This record gives sequence, C-alpha cells and structure tokens, in this order.
Amino acid sequence: MSVVTNEHPAHEHHPFLQHHFEDLAQQHEASTLGMWMFLATEILFFGGVLCAYWVYRILYPEAWSLGAEQQNKLFGGLNTIVLIISSLTMALAVRNAQLGKRKSTVAMLFATLVFGSTFLAIKGFEYWQHYHEGLFPGVNFTWHEVPALAPKVQLFMTFYWGMTGLHALHMVIGAGLLLWMMARAWRGDFGPEYYAPVEIMGLYWHFVDIVWIFLFPFLYLIPGVHHV
Amino acid sequence: MSEEHAPHVHVTPMWIYLAVFLALAAGTLLTWWVSTQDYGDWNTPIALIIATIKAVLVILFFMHVINSKRLTWVVIIASFLWLGVLFVLTFADYLTRTWKIY
Amino acid sequence: MSSVTVNDARFVEPEGARNYITHDYGALSWLLTKDHKRIAILYLFSITALFMLGGFFAVVMRIELLTPEGDLLTSDTYNKFFTLHGIVMIFFFLIPSIPAVLGNFLLPLMLGAKDLAFPKINLLSWYLYIIAAVMGLYIIITGGVDTGWTFYTPFSTQYSNTHVFGVTFAAFIVGFSSILTGLNFLVTIHRMRAPGLTWFRLPLFVWAMYATSIVQLLATPVLAITLVMLMFERVVHVGIFDPALGGDPLLFQHMFWFYSHPAVYIMILPAMGVASEVVAAFTRKKIFGYSFVAYSSLAIAFLGFLVWAHHMFVAGISVYSAMIFSFLSYFVAVPSAIKVFNWTATLYRGSVALMTPMLYILGFIGLFTIGGVTGLFLAAIGLDVHVTDTYFVVAHFHYIMVGGAVMAYMAGLHYWWPKITGRMYPEWWARLAALLIFAGFNLTFFPQFILGYLGMPRRYHAYAPEFQVLNVMSTAGASVLAVGYALPLCYLIWSLWYGRPAGPNPWGAVGLEWTTASPPPMENFHETPVVTWDAYDYPAMLKAMGETQNV
Repeated sequence: MSVVTNEHPAHEHHPFLQHHFEDLAQQHEASTLGMWMFLATEILFFGGVLCAYWVYRILYPEAWSLGAEQQNKLFGGLNTIVLIISSLTMALAVRNAQLGKRKSTVAMLFATLVFGSTFLAIKGFEYWQHYHEGLFPGVNFTWHEVPALAPKVQLFMTFYWGMTGLHALHMVIGAGLLLWMMARAWRGDFGPEYYAPVEIMGLYWHFVDIVWIFLFPFLYLIPGVHHV
Repeated sequence: MSEEHAPHVHVTPMWIYLAVFLALAAGTLLTWWVSTQDYGDWNTPIALIIATIKAVLVILFFMHVINSKRLTWVVIIASFLWLGVLFVLTFADYLTRTWKIY
Repeated sequence: MSSVTVNDARFVEPEGARNYITHDYGALSWLLTKDHKRIAILYLFSITALFMLGGFFAVVMRIELLTPEGDLLTSDTYNKFFTLHGIVMIFFFLIPSIPAVLGNFLLPLMLGAKDLAFPKINLLSWYLYIIAAVMGLYIIITGGVDTGWTFYTPFSTQYSNTHVFGVTFAAFIVGFSSILTGLNFLVTIHRMRAPGLTWFRLPLFVWAMYATSIVQLLATPVLAITLVMLMFERVVHVGIFDPALGGDPLLFQHMFWFYSHPAVYIMILPAMGVASEVVAAFTRKKIFGYSFVAYSSLAIAFLGFLVWAHHMFVAGISVYSAMIFSFLSYFVAVPSAIKVFNWTATLYRGSVALMTPMLYILGFIGLFTIGGVTGLFLAAIGLDVHVTDTYFVVAHFHYIMVGGAVMAYMAGLHYWWPKITGRMYPEWWARLAALLIFAGFNLTFFPQFILGYLGMPRRYHAYAPEFQVLNVMSTAGASVLAVGYALPLCYLIWSLWYGRPAGPNPWGAVGLEWTTASPPPMENFHETPVVTWDAYDYPAMLKAMGETQNV
C-alpha cells in the first residue's frame, strides 16, 4: 500500500489553507460546491412558498390580480434594475479579486452594498406605504372594494409580505456579509490563488437577485382577469 | 506533491458582464411593457419565459456556471428538477379535483 | 470470541500515543471541538438522552392501553404523549442517529480524509440540534403539544391550545441541523476522497450516506418553509390553511408530506448502509451485486420524493392523483427489495459469524421486509381506506423504524464500538440484549397489525373492550423491549473501563477505517492512504493474512 506523506514543506503555507485540505485548489472546490449545495436548499425553500403561491393563484385569479394592482409597479421595476446593477458590481468585485486588484475589489463590493441598500430603502418605503393603506394582513387589513374577495386579497398580501420579507431578510444578511468581505478585501486577503470567499459571496448575492427576478412579475405584474 | 496547487482561475472578460447586464435591463423593461399589453392567456407564460431567460443569464455568466464543472450543473439542474416534482405532483391533485370520475 | 483478529502492527499506536479522546482535556475542548469524531460523541450522548425521553412517552402510552378505558391519562394528555413521542423520536432521534453519530465518525475515516469538508459547520449542526432540543424540553415541561407530530391544520393553527408555535420553531431549527450535516457529507464525499478511491471502490455505507444527504438537502427546506407558514398562520390567522378564510388544509399536508415522506428514507437509508457493512464483514464476502446496491440507494433517494400523497388518500385529494401516487408507491419498493435480495445472496455460502452486529442485522433484514411489504398493503388505495389511521399503520412504520432503523443503529454501534472506544463490548450480554430486543419488538408490534386490521384506531386513549388481549400482549412486549434497550446502556458504559482492549481490526474486516488505530488519532491517518483495492476485497485480504497472520 503506497502512501502520501502529510508533511508540509517548511517554507510556504498559505495562511488561509485549512489543515484538513490537501491544497488550495481542493479547498476552493469544496467551498464553491458547498455554497452551490446551500443554494440548492434555498431553491427548495423559496420554491416551496412559490408553490403555495401558485396554488392559490390558480384558485383565486381575481383576488390575485386585484392584489397586484395595489403594488407600485414603478418602485418594483426600479428596484429590479437596482438589484441587477448590484449583481453587475458583485460580478465585477469577484473579477477584481481574481485579478488581485485590492482597492477595486473593495470599491465594487462597496458599490454592491450601496445598491443593495438602495433596494432595501425603496422596499421599506413600499412597506410603509402599504401599511398606511391598510394592507398588512391580519393586523390592519382593510379592503372595501369587492368585499367577497377581501379574505383572498388578504391572502395575496400575506404572500406578498411573506415572500418579499423573506427576500429582504436574505438581502440584509447579504449586506452584513458584504461588510465582512469588504474588511477582508481591504486587508489584502484575496488574490488569484485565494478568492473563494468573494466568489461564494457572489453566488449568494446573485441567487438573491434571481429570486427577485421571479418575484417582480409574480407580485407586481399579474394580468387582469378576463370575464367571459 | 509538496507544492500547493492553486485553483484554476478563469477571468470573464468585461464585455460579457456588461452585455449580460444590458440584456437583463432590457428584459426588465420588456416584461414591464408586456404586462401593459393584453395578450390574453399568454401574458403569464411570456412573463415566465422572460424571467427564466434572465435567471439563466445570471446563472451562466454572473455565477460562472458556463465555465463550471459538470457537478455544479448537476446540482443546479437537480434542484430545479426536485422543485418541478413538488409543483407537478401537487398540481396533479389540484387540477384534477373537479374531473368527473366516469 | 471473534473468529479472526487482524492486528496489523503498522496500525497499532505506540505506547502513550494520544488518540482523539486523550488529545486534550477539558469540557471546552469537547464543546468547541472541530473534530468530527468528537462531534460524533457529542451527538451520541444527546440522541441517547432523547431516545430515553421518547421512550418514556411510549411506555406511559402502553401502560394506558393496558385497559380499554382511558383511565390513566385524560384524552388531552394522551394526545400530548403521542405527539411528543413522535416529535422526539423522529426529529431528535431517528433522523440524526446514524448520520450524526456513525456518519460523522466514520465518513472521513472511510474516505481516507482528515475531517469533513466543513468542520465548523459540523459543530454548528450539533449546536442547532441542542438549541432545538432545549426548546423542545422547555415546551414539554410547560405543557407540550397535542396536534400529532404531523401538525395538521386547521387544528394546529386555529384550535389547539398548546405550544404549537414553539414546537414548530424547534423543528425548524433542528431541520437546519439536518440540512447542514447532509451538505457537509455531500461535499466531503465529492471532494475529499483519498487518492485511488473511485466511486465504485467506496464502501456501501458511504453510498448510503450520500443518498441520505441528498434527501436531507432537498427535502428539509420544504419542511422549513411549511413550518414558517404554519407559524405565521398561527400568529396572524389569515387563512393560509384555514378553509373558513379560503385556505386549503390539504396544501399544508402536501407540503408537509413532501418532506416527511422522504424523511423516512433519511431514517432507513443509513440503516441499509450499516446492513451492507455488517453483512460483508460477518460473511467475509463482497456484497453480492455491489453496484446494484449502490444504485438502489440513489433510486430510493429519488423515488422517495414521488410518493408523498399516499399519506393523504382519504384526506380529499382527487382520485386521479391518488392513483398516480399509489402507482409510484409500488415503484419505490423495488430498490429496497433489490437490497434485501442482495444481502440474502451475500449470506448464501458466506462464512457467517453470528456476532452481535450480525444478529441485529439478520433481525433487520427480516423485520424491515415485513414492514416494507405491509407498506405495499398501504399503497393499495382500496386496502388503505380500510386500515388508514388504525394500528395497522402504526405497526407498519414501527416495523421499519424500530425493527429496521433502530436495530441497524444498534448493529452499527456494536460493530464500530471497538473503533470508537478502543474497547470490546461483552459479547454474550450483547447477544442476550439483541435477542430480548428482537423478541420484545415482535411481541409489541405484531399484535398491532391485527388490531389495526380489526379496526382499532390510532391516537385514541380508549378502545373497544374486544381489543384488550392484543393490547396487553403489546404492552408486555414493550416491557421486554425496554429491558432489551437498558442492557446495552449498561454494558456499553461498563466496557469503557472494563472491556477488552480492541486492536485496529478486531473483526478482520476490510475497510479504511480498520487501517488505523482504535481509537483513531486526531488526524485519523498518519499518512494519507492511497487506495488500490476494490471495496470488500476479502480474497486479497485473506490471502495477505495467510502470509502475515497475527492472531
């Protein structure tokens, strides 16, 4: 039985190579695979609530359509663009880390944070508006047009608040992670041989963007119901 | 055996990132515009298709999947496949509840 | 006394060398460890404690059921007991057991790795488990839950006066413990195999853990979001699952069972992995049809996701979807049957040693088959309408979970005990316990098949008087079972101080975990192994032993 020795050469040992890995390449592959596995769980997590949303959309098309009419499409569309820009800056941050450009990496991470925060601010404003219009389910929901549909429009608003709330929570966590990445990038941790943390940060951020890419048409752009 | 193997770095050219960004922005405007038009039962599928194309662009280029190992593709496809199972078999119940038996 | 012991001098540690247990001392060195072996031990303590808690609820229920009248507990209290028995046993014992204890300990060893891919996340998994368990305990002490472990709506969201929110939150947290364990295993198996260890040289236990991890990863998030919706509904009452407000209780059931059916495969696949290892070791043969067994694990993982609404045949789903789910449920039995055939074929003309792990696994094969076949009964819609929500179902799943999964867990615990602790357990006491467990189990649960078929409903604290004899038999069996489970608790602890020291390979088995000391050193292997041999290559090993026998 031949063996591979576990000795390290005395000279170099990358400071961020964890000891249970053979080398940085293995560590990089494990980290990125791990993040993809985590994103798989997120796909099923968001997908689950989307399934429930679609069941009720099929059952109550009118209420869903009325609910979407209450949304501010301008803000929703604007937020979509803002988030797409943040995805671009995130991708550029990863690129800069790969190229070892320390200050540019920090700059792009910061830009991502700015656009992400803009998204959250606009979202917060929408929430404030909805609350004052009496559209928070269970708590202050008031709906006077078409009273028969009120419980179902409330159900739509439940999904609206729930899904965008979950999404916003993920963005807040993402913002915190971005700050951490900025600190590490500023410290000069990243370069061509070690940039996995920025890459997996990017994977997370892009995933959150993709969720919104679907939430926008689902919650803001529902077509009207045709009466035969 | 004693040197440390560094990860293989594939740097995506800038123009690809910018092109994808423009496509995503255009897709957003397109889906908004389509929602203001009345295409009957086609509005929803069109919105879904546009959203899917945008998502695929983000996955392939921003998330570097186009240059990734096969295992990454397997993980992504499997996730959506499993989600598909949830949707298909759940709707198999809901959509057939009003069918007459014989 | 074991048949052949291979104590290869290369793998025996020098006198005074430190292993993972003696590596450093102090509570913090265990509570803040990143070593997969120590984390496995932390889990071992935790799930043993929770098993006893779950067992306590069962014992009280069985005492209540000695008499037809509901005279020991009120019906509300009885509801809480069966609910908590289910929640504790499923979420806090069965789902973690083999993966978190044996999987955590053995996976890096079987792969020739120094640890799992993400050691800190492994520790986080355990802490999430503990936080959830503490929450659960607090809820039990302050009144418990009475909805059944299935939390059906609208009772759980609207009408129950118990701590539904707290328990679902605890289940939500323990779900993440499960997800992270699965994620860790998947990345480790893909990226950290030793040089030369190709997929088809892997032990079947690894294949089983791989399939289990896929299910953990993809099913549990759907439970998580379902519980979030349940918690939201409980607090805000908007009608997500309440028919009075336009919601559909069946939507909850669909989403709940989308996880909870694959969950039973999370519980049984690792058990099947243990079975493969023990059958190979105690017949000294490669498992018959190795690749079929490997692929069948993946098939079970996939097909298990397609059958969930067989739990809902009488709930109000459309008859067309019921037919689809019934058809698919027959399909999922096929890969399990393939495994049973292959284990049996391995036993044929094998050099069978009836050591304790083998006794447990022989019991496993028989009892799992009975449980599985009665599952086919339930998959037939016509028959299911008759026996659903009766003791037939209770007997079915206990045959698989207790006769199957728990017996395999006991087998694995005994098989790998020498590796984990460096000590042998006392073989005759262990065999006695195995036989008591087998006898007690059958006496407890076989009468329940009959009871269910005769019409005794489940989840009732009182029953018609004509069912009493079978119930008394069942309770008698439960007391034998309890003694059977108490014995290993005693002698395994005893063995830690007084058990015969075990060498690196007391069973003479083939596998990387047997090529290092017992207990292993912290880093598992002093030199990363390079694998050039097939899985279960007994002929090569026996040949080598003939030349360097060292008994």
